[in-house]
Amino acid sequence: MSLIQETDFGTPKSKSETMVTLIIDGNQITVPEGTSIMRAAMEAGTQIPKLCATDMVDAFGSCRLCLVEIEGRAGTPASCTTPVMPGLVVHTQSERLRKLRKGVMELYISDHPLDCLTCAANGDCELQDMAGAVGLRDVRYGYEGENHVFAKSHGCENDNWMPKDESNPYFTYDPSKCIVCSRCVRACEEVQGTFALTISGRGFDSRVSPGMSESFLGSECVSCGACVQACPTATLTEKSVIEIGQPEHSVVTTCAYCGVGCAFKAEMRGEEVVRMVPWKNGKANRGHSCVKGRFAWGYTTHKERILKPMIRERIEDPWQEVSWDEAFNFAAVKFKGIQQRYGRDAVGGITSSRCTNEETYLVQKLIRGGFGNNNVDTCARVCHSPTGYGLSQTFGTSAGTQDFDSVEDTDVVMIIGANPASAHPVFASRLKKRLRQGARLIVLDPRRTEMVESPHVKALHLPLMPGTNVAVVTALAHVIVTEGLVNESFVRERCDWSEFEEWAAFVAQEKYSPEATAIMTGVDPNDLREAARIYATGGNGAIYYGLGVTEHSQGSTTVIAIANLAMATGNIGRPGVGVNPLRGQNNVQGSCDMGSFPHELPGYRHISGDAVREQFEAMWNVKLNKEPGLRIPNMFDAAIEGTFMGLYVQGEDILQSDPNTKHVVAALSAMECVIVHDLFLNETANYAHVFLPGSTFLEKDGTFTNAERRIQRVRKVMTPRNGYADWEVTILLAKAMGFEMHYNHPSEIMDEIAALTPTFTGVSYARLDELGSVQWPCNEKAPEGTPIMHIGGFVRGKGKFIVTEYVATDERTGPRYPLLLTTGRILSQYNVGAQTRRTENVVWHAEDRLEIHPHDAEQRGVRDGDWVRLASRAGETTLRAEITDRVAPGVVYTTFHHPDTQANVITTDFSDWATNCPEYKVTAVQISPSNGPSDWQKAYDEQARHSRRIAPVVEAAE
Amino acid sequence: MSSSPDKLVYMANQIGKFFHSQGHDRAVQGISEHIWKFWDPRMRKQIFAHLDAGGAGLDPDVLDALQKLKQQA
Repeated sequence: MSLIQETDFGTPKSKSETMVTLIIDGNQITVPEGTSIMRAAMEAGTQIPKLCATDMVDAFGSCRLCLVEIEGRAGTPASCTTPVMPGLVVHTQSERLRKLRKGVMELYISDHPLDCLTCAANGDCELQDMAGAVGLRDVRYGYEGENHVFAKSHGCENDNWMPKDESNPYFTYDPSKCIVCSRCVRACEEVQGTFALTISGRGFDSRVSPGMSESFLGSECVSCGACVQACPTATLTEKSVIEIGQPEHSVVTTCAYCGVGCAFKAEMRGEEVVRMVPWKNGKANRGHSCVKGRFAWGYTTHKERILKPMIRERIEDPWQEVSWDEAFNFAAVKFKGIQQRYGRDAVGGITSSRCTNEETYLVQKLIRGGFGNNNVDTCARVCHSPTGYGLSQTFGTSAGTQDFDSVEDTDVVMIIGANPASAHPVFASRLKKRLRQGARLIVLDPRRTEMVESPHVKALHLPLMPGTNVAVVTALAHVIVTEGLVNESFVRERCDWSEFEEWAAFVAQEKYSPEATAIMTGVDPNDLREAARIYATGGNGAIYYGLGVTEHSQGSTTVIAIANLAMATGNIGRPGVGVNPLRGQNNVQGSCDMGSFPHELPGYRHISGDAVREQFEAMWNVKLNKEPGLRIPNMFDAAIEGTFMGLYVQGEDILQSDPNTKHVVAALSAMECVIVHDLFLNETANYAHVFLPGSTFLEKDGTFTNAERRIQRVRKVMTPRNGYADWEVTILLAKAMGFEMHYNHPSEIMDEIAALTPTFTGVSYARLDELGSVQWPCNEKAPEGTPIMHIGGFVRGKGKFIVTEYVATDERTGPRYPLLLTTGRILSQYNVGAQTRRTENVVWHAEDRLEIHPHDAEQRGVRDGDWVRLASRAGETTLRAEITDRVAPGVVYTTFHHPDTQANVITTDFSDWATNCPEYKVTAVQISPSNGPSDWQKAYDEQARHSRRIAPVVEAAE
Repeated sequence: MSSSPDKLVYMANQIGKFFHSQGHDRAVQGISEHIWKFWDPRMRKQIFAHLDAGGAGLDPDVLDALQKLKQQA
C-alpha cells in the first residue's frame, strides 16, 4: 500500500464536446474546447510549475509561475488562464521562462520562513516542490527588509507579523507561511459556497482574513476543510498532521455520517489515522467534504468506547464484563426462553442504518431465518419509510430518481422540508454552486433555513405552518392544473391518463387553491402561485426533500403529492429533474434495500410472495414465516401489552431518537432481554441486559448505499478495537442461537445479496473496485448501474397519479399548548450525537437550543439564553432559548442531538397513516421561564448514571 | 391513545381517511389491502376481535374493509 497521489490538473475539466488540437512541447494534444493550456499539458503528462492554480477552483492567474511561450504571440501568458486554441504551438520551458520563474520564486521565498525541516508541510509542500522545480538556489534579497515572517525585526515588534490562529479545533492558520495565492479564499467561495474568507489589504499588506479579521472559529467558517485541502503550504494545516506527521499510505473509503456518502482517502500511518481527505474521484462529493466527515472521526478512539461484552440480569444491576462466548450464550438462553414462554413472535430486532449493507442483511437474515419471524425494522421507519411507500406507489421504486451530478443540469430547485446546508452539507455546496450560476431556488420550510440565507443565493421562501405540507403541495398542483401549465404530452405518454384526469379534477377544485388554503398554511397565495409557475415553466425542475416531508401524520401523502407534481410537469426521467429524498443516515437507503422492513425481503418484495420466499428459503436452508412482522412503534406497543419481550438493536439509539421517550422507556422496561450492539453505552443501553461492543466504519469491510442509490465500498484501515467487525458479531450471535451462517468476508455476503436481489445481480466487490461505485439497479440491463431512473418510462409501467386529500393532524394547538414545535439538525452534530458529541465538534454546538420568535419570547418574558421549560401533552424538558426571527411567530424549533435535552420527551405518538413514521415535526407546546432541569430530566439523569455502572473486575487470588 | 384497541382503531381510521377521497369501493379495497400488507397478525387479530365486538369508533369505509379482510382470512 502506498499514499494515493491524485493528479492536480491545475484547472477544472471542460464539459465541451468540441475538441481542439494543439502542440505543446512538440507533442500533438487534443482536448475539449475551454481547457486551459496548463490542463492540456498536464493531461499529456507535463506539469507546468504553478502555485495559485488547482483543479478544484477556477483559474486565477496570480502567481505568475505557470508562464508559457506561444509561437506568434507576444509576452509570456499564464497557462492557467489561457485557453487552448486550434493549432497553437506552446513551449513550457525556455531560457526566458526559466529566468522569469526563478525570479518569481525568489520573491516568494524572500518572505517565507526557512524552517522546512520542522515544518508540518515537510513532505507535502507545493512551495518547496516549486522551488525545486524552478531550480531556485539563492535568495538574493535576504530577510532584513519588511516581512511577514518574524515576530520581531531589528529588535522591534514587527507589525506585519501575525500570530497563529489556533481557534479552530481541527486546523491551524499560520499567517507567516501564507503566500497569498487565494486558493483558500476561492475554495471557500467556489467549492463550499460560504464566502467566509477574503483577502484584506492590497499589495504587500494582503492577508487572508476570515470575515472582518476575525478568528476562524469566530467567523462564518463552517470548517469544511476545503481551504486546508487547497492550501499549498503549511499556512492552513490539520492539527492531526502537525501532531503526528505526514501519512505513509492511504485507503479509499466512504464516510459514515449522512446520506450524501462522501468518498474519502483515509490517510494513515500504520493503523493510526492521520487525516481524512475527500477523494476527487468520489462521485457523490467530487472532492469536497464537511466538518463531520473530514474532521469528526475522533470518536473511534474515544475513551468512552466500550470494548468488552457485558451482561446483567436486571437493568438495576451494574454491568458485568464477560467473554464474547459468555455474552452470546447469555443472550441465546434469554431469547430462547422468551420464545418458549411467549411464542415465536415475541422477539425481534432492529437493523442499523449506520452499519454496512452486509451487516444489515445479516441481521434481517438472523431474525427471519433464526428467530423464525419477521419482526425486523430499521431506523428508516422513523425517517424515510413514507418515501418508500409513496414513491413505490407512484413510480414503482422506493428510491430517489437522480444522481447528485444531476443538479448541474437543474434550472429550478424546489427544496421541501429539508435543510441540506446543515444536514447534507456537501450536496448543499454542489447545489449552491449551481444556484450561483443562475438556477432558481424555491424553499418550502416553516423556518428561514441556512439554504434561504446563503450568500449570493436568492430564494423564494414559502414559510408554511408545520403540518400543512399536503395543503401547500396540492395548492401548487392546483395552480399548475388551473393555469394550464401541465406537460400534457409527457402525461399522455408516460402516465395513466384517466388517473391523471381524476387527479386534475380533484386538485382543480377551488377549495384547494392557494387563496382558499392560505388561512391554514400561512403561505402568501401570490408567492405560492409564483413558485408553481417557476417550477412548471422554468426549465429542468428538481425537487429535493427531507424529513420535513416524511415525519408527519400525512408523510406518505406528501411524498405522493410531490410525485404527482413532478409527473404533471414532466420533470422525471432525464438529467436535471426528478424527485430526490435526502436520506438522513449514511446507509438508510441500503438498510431499506436489504430487507429491513417487516413486510418485505431484500429488493422490496413482499414477504407473502411464495416464489420470492422460496428462493430465500432455498438459499438459507430454512422455512420462512409469510406474515409481516411488527414495525418499531408496534414493537413498543406489543412490549407494553406483554407479547413482545426480546429485542436485538444494532447501531441505533431508539431511546433517544424515537418519539415520546416515556413510551419508549415503558416499552424497553417491559422487555425481558434487550441486546444493544453499539460503540458506546447509549441511552437505549440504560435499559439493556446484554451489551455487544460494535466496530466503527474504519475497522471493517463492507458497502454503504447513499441517497443516490450509489453503492460504495467501506474499507478496513485498522483492526477492530473491540475484536470483531459487526458482521462477525451477528454471525456468532446467530450461531449461539443455533442458526449457522458461514462467510469468510463481507464480499461473500454481497455475492449472496446479488444472487437473491434482481436490482443487485451485477454488484460484486470486484465490480465496485473496477468502477469505484455503482448505482442500483445494476444487472444485465444496466451493467454499469443506473444514475437516472425512469428514462423513457416508469419502473411500474405507467406513472400513477393518486389524489391527496389534506387531513389536518390531530396534534393541535390550543390554549394550553399554543405554539408548534418542529425539530431539525445542525451542521456540526449528527443524529443522536453519539459520535459527534465525542469529538471537538461540540465547540460549535454544545447543547440543543430552542429557537423562538422575539414576539413569542417577549410575551412570555423569555430573554436570549434563558432556561425555558418546554412542555407538550407527552412530557416536558428544559433547555436554553435562542431568540431569532428565523422562525415565524407561533413556531418554535430545536435540534435533538443531546440526551440531556431529550427533545423526544416532548414529541408525541402520532404517526404517518401508511408507515407509522412518527410525527416529529409537529408538536403543540407551551414555553415558560424555568430555573433549570425538569424533574423528568433529573430522574432520567439519575437512572442513566445508575444504569451505566460497570462492576469492577475481581482478580482471582493467587 | 395507550390501550390497544383504541390505538388500532385510530390507525385504521387514519388509513381510511387517505383512501376516502377515492370513493367507497376503491377505499374498501385500498384499506383492506394496506392492512393485510403492513399489519402483523397479532394486530389484525386484535382489530378483528374489536370488529366482532361491534367495531365501535371505526369509520364506515374501514368497517367494510375489515369485514372484507376478515372474510378472506
